[in-house]
Amino acid sequence: MQKTFWGYRRENGRVGVRNHVIVLPVDDLSNAAAEAVANNIKGTLAIPHPYGRLQFGADLDLHFRTLIGTGANPNVAAVVVIGIEDGWTQKVVDGIARTGKPVAGYGIELHGDHDTIMRASKSAKEFLQWATEKHRVECALNELWVSTKCGESDTTSGCGANPTVGDAFDKLYEAGCTLLFGETSEITGGERLVAERCRDDRVRADFMRMFDRYQAMINRHKTSDLSESQPTKGNIAGGLTTIEEKALGNIQKIGRKCVVDGVLDKAEEPTGPGLWFMDSSSAAAEMVTLCAASGFAVHFFPTGQGNVIGNPILPVIKICANPRTVRTMSEHVDVDTSGLLQRQLTMSQAGDKLLDMMFRTANGRYTAAEALGHREFVLTRLYESA
Amino acid sequence: MIHCVLHDPQDSVAVVVVENVKAGTRLTGLVLDLDRTLELDCVQDIPIGHKVALRDLAVGDTVIKYGVDIGKVVKPIRKGEHAHVHNIKTKRW
Repeated sequence: MQKTFWGYRRENGRVGVRNHVIVLPVDDLSNAAAEAVANNIKGTLAIPHPYGRLQFGADLDLHFRTLIGTGANPNVAAVVVIGIEDGWTQKVVDGIARTGKPVAGYGIELHGDHDTIMRASKSAKEFLQWATEKHRVECALNELWVSTKCGESDTTSGCGANPTVGDAFDKLYEAGCTLLFGETSEITGGERLVAERCRDDRVRADFMRMFDRYQAMINRHKTSDLSESQPTKGNIAGGLTTIEEKALGNIQKIGRKCVVDGVLDKAEEPTGPGLWFMDSSSAAAEMVTLCAASGFAVHFFPTGQGNVIGNPILPVIKICANPRTVRTMSEHVDVDTSGLLQRQLTMSQAGDKLLDMMFRTANGRYTAAEALGHREFVLTRLYESA
Repeated sequence: MIHCVLHDPQDSVAVVVVENVKAGTRLTGLVLDLDRTLELDCVQDIPIGHKVALRDLAVGDTVIKYGVDIGKVVKPIRKGEHAHVHNIKTKRW
């Protein structure tokens, strides 16, 4: 396996594989101005979303953590923040500024959209010209942070695409990388297997606390056995029958050797190398958005039936082992491991094939999702607004 | 050609990994963890990705896949039949 890749070293030492200048709205009201700025300054990227008003408590904390984490991600060179008022806008600016990267904030009140767009566009142009002079430098493999989450899974995910990620994770773990998995509800039926893989009793207790909390939430709100929600209608069409079966396929992604070194709440940043579990939704765009907000630079996304998801700042590499999906949705598949199911490929060869694509992606190759313009950015909500 | 795969030799079901598996097809199954094969007769049409029962299963039996419990049988299943949501349910939720 290669030992280095070419990335962008940021002010705080972290390494990114993309060089985005983003225009980040604090709230739904600021989407129009953010999109206007990105339209003015070619090469910048607006990240619109529907939330940020009247949230409170843990839900508000998560909102800020996700926006700040997105701006702080090393795939982002610089950030223009726009909010309806100055206070919360400044809070997001200050959070991102801790990384040392260029960031400027603009409040719309007392200015209106026109003046805000003009002022923010000036910052965006300055940041973009600065960022486009940055060069990739050779970085050690252990500086790469890799997350995983699967989607539109079917039974071929559990025997093909997910264990491919597991083989690659085992190899990256040994190389000292920082790795992440999550999808709390989608471990139901396999929780004991994950608990056994935890480094020590403290990590195990943290994991089980997150797992039990999610189960309690589901039990509080459920009106059925969740069939068609978890597993989804697409999962069932693909042959998955129960949540237990889906979960056992899901956890193939953490391989056979890596150890769960720590547990994170949603959008929290790991504090060291190793494999981390993040409490998170199993909905694709929500989870991948949280991975980006936690600081991950490359994402492995195995799929069976063909999930088409991407992310604005995090390259999402699709792995598929279902020969029908590879044939009918080829434009979405980065790594075809369907040969595993016909004994044409060993698991180690499949893992190496994914790692080869990981290096090419880290070095600058666009993923299928990037080329197709998939930029799903979905904030996780914990409860109603006030 | 491999028609279906299973993870553990104790599994009660295998996953069909090719298209157009019809009733009457003699299936070759690959046991992934052991890298050896087995044979069985398929008695129903089974879509790619869906499961075939490897032995007769009675109501209340636990279904084993990956060598562990993935749910319970709610309608009798014969060896070679399609095993899915119409005859298997979760034990959770």
